[in-house]
Amino acid sequence: MIEQFGRAGFLLLFAVAFPLLPIVASVVLGVFKIRPRKPDPVKESIYECGMVPIGNAQVRYNVRYYVFGLLFVIFDVEAVFLYPWAVTYRQLGLYAFVEVVLFLGILFVGYAYAWRKGAMEWK
Amino acid sequence: MTGALLTIITDNWWDIRDLSNLSGAIRDLVSDAGGPGWLVYVVAGLLGAAGIVTFVGVTAIINIWIERRVVGRMQSRLGPNRPGPVGLLQPLADAIKLMQKEVLQPKLADALVFTAAPIAFTVPGIAVLAVVPWGRNMTLASLDAGIVFIFAMSSLAALAVFIGGYGSNNKYALFGSMRVIAMLVTYEIPIVMSLLGIAMFAGTMNLDGIVRFQEDHWLFLIMLQPLAFVIYFMSSSAELNRTPADLAEAESEIAGGYHVEYSGMKFGLYYAAELINCVTVSAIIATLFLGGWWAYKLDEIVPGWMIYIGKVYAVYFLFIWTRGTLPRFRIDQLLAFAWKWMTPMALVNVLMVAAEVLIWEETGWSAGVLLPIYVVLNNALALALIVAWVRVFAPRFERFPDRPRFYSTIDVPSLPAVAPVQPGTQSQ
Repeated sequence: MIEQFGRAGFLLLFAVAFPLLPIVASVVLGVFKIRPRKPDPVKESIYECGMVPIGNAQVRYNVRYYVFGLLFVIFDVEAVFLYPWAVTYRQLGLYAFVEVVLFLGILFVGYAYAWRKGAMEWK
Repeated sequence: MTGALLTIITDNWWDIRDLSNLSGAIRDLVSDAGGPGWLVYVVAGLLGAAGIVTFVGVTAIINIWIERRVVGRMQSRLGPNRPGPVGLLQPLADAIKLMQKEVLQPKLADALVFTAAPIAFTVPGIAVLAVVPWGRNMTLASLDAGIVFIFAMSSLAALAVFIGGYGSNNKYALFGSMRVIAMLVTYEIPIVMSLLGIAMFAGTMNLDGIVRFQEDHWLFLIMLQPLAFVIYFMSSSAELNRTPADLAEAESEIAGGYHVEYSGMKFGLYYAAELINCVTVSAIIATLFLGGWWAYKLDEIVPGWMIYIGKVYAVYFLFIWTRGTLPRFRIDQLLAFAWKWMTPMALVNVLMVAAEVLIWEETGWSAGVLLPIYVVLNNALALALIVAWVRVFAPRFERFPDRPRFYSTIDVPSLPAVAPVQPGTQSQ
């Protein structure tokens, strides 16, 4: 198994080198003055359709995102439990089926509650 | 051994059905020269990885041209046709232009994150290709947790988009990145749930094993899992930020979103990585749903990797098609669609597959009898659920259209006859 992951690691090395290559080429072009570099305050400011930006952009955002994040965590943790079950399902038989129906049933109650409460609306 | 290597290269260079044909010859070369075991392993791994990265590079370049030409054709325009014959040199022109452009980087941006984001965006799309089988015994890393590896990698891309947008310190970019996160957390659920059915049928998460299952039972999993295919296709097109769901860049609303501050080669990386990620998702779909390199009797005549790349491009064409024809969704529609249709449908699909596999295991009936029944049953279920959802949840005007659907049925009232104006009789 570790041998297989090692091979994926080789590809990861190449995958990191792949985007680095054009970036380095671009930097080299800059060193040889082929690529222009004439900074001025307007070019270095934030683009906001010609306006001078007011305040920092790294601000707090809408609470909706947190509600969606919570829902996501619930379902994703559920998926973590379901995948091992799915792979070994053929050996487990009827018992596993009943258990998962119960598991998904409980989840479904929560899902219906979240829907009823409007957690899935984007307002 | 050098002779064997040369024969393979000169005689049937296209025939690399087995990694052991070409790379095996090189491996033997290393071991014959007295190299230690780890050297053979490193050489084999590097060879495979180099092959995959070459494929990625070539596809990224070709796809710039293919995508723009095909979308142009669909939208009744020409697409790029100036550089080279039928615009074939357009990717080269793009690359040269992007590389020698002045790089603008806002002073207020976080320099490290700003540079790292496009690189981090490119890596996962390539890394996923390690686990897909390119042919019989042609997988670089045959991981038992293949599907989980795919999920782990594909969520990283959205994270890279987010840090890029947040790091550029621009409000449009922040909107774009927050939309990416909202779409990621929403569409990750249907993606994960829809592939459960496949893991259940195949009994493994290894992509080699899934292709072997399709080969053993003489069917493509898209027949057994049509609902999962629909869900996976739509969700992944949302995760890829492609046009029906490209709210994150929405150039007409938020001026490009997460990459509004990027220019030069860093923007070019975003552009290339989008195409690479799209090919990667096509590769996953081709493996999981369309049988990978296996195609009934065809793979005995044609090398498996050719069939596989053909299938990848067929799926890629579907992505271009949706991009060329569908308008952009609104964010509330897109998110509600995922929560209210895709997630429950994926759960229904899981329960359906669970019942089917249970019947298969407990009764011990042969797959030849059961699987055709399941194919019919699952297709009927998928169709019924889609139609039912449209009937219940679609807006009224979509359910009961009272507007004419075709131009020929529109009744244009004829204009009232107007008497021609005589010159000289007009009132002052």
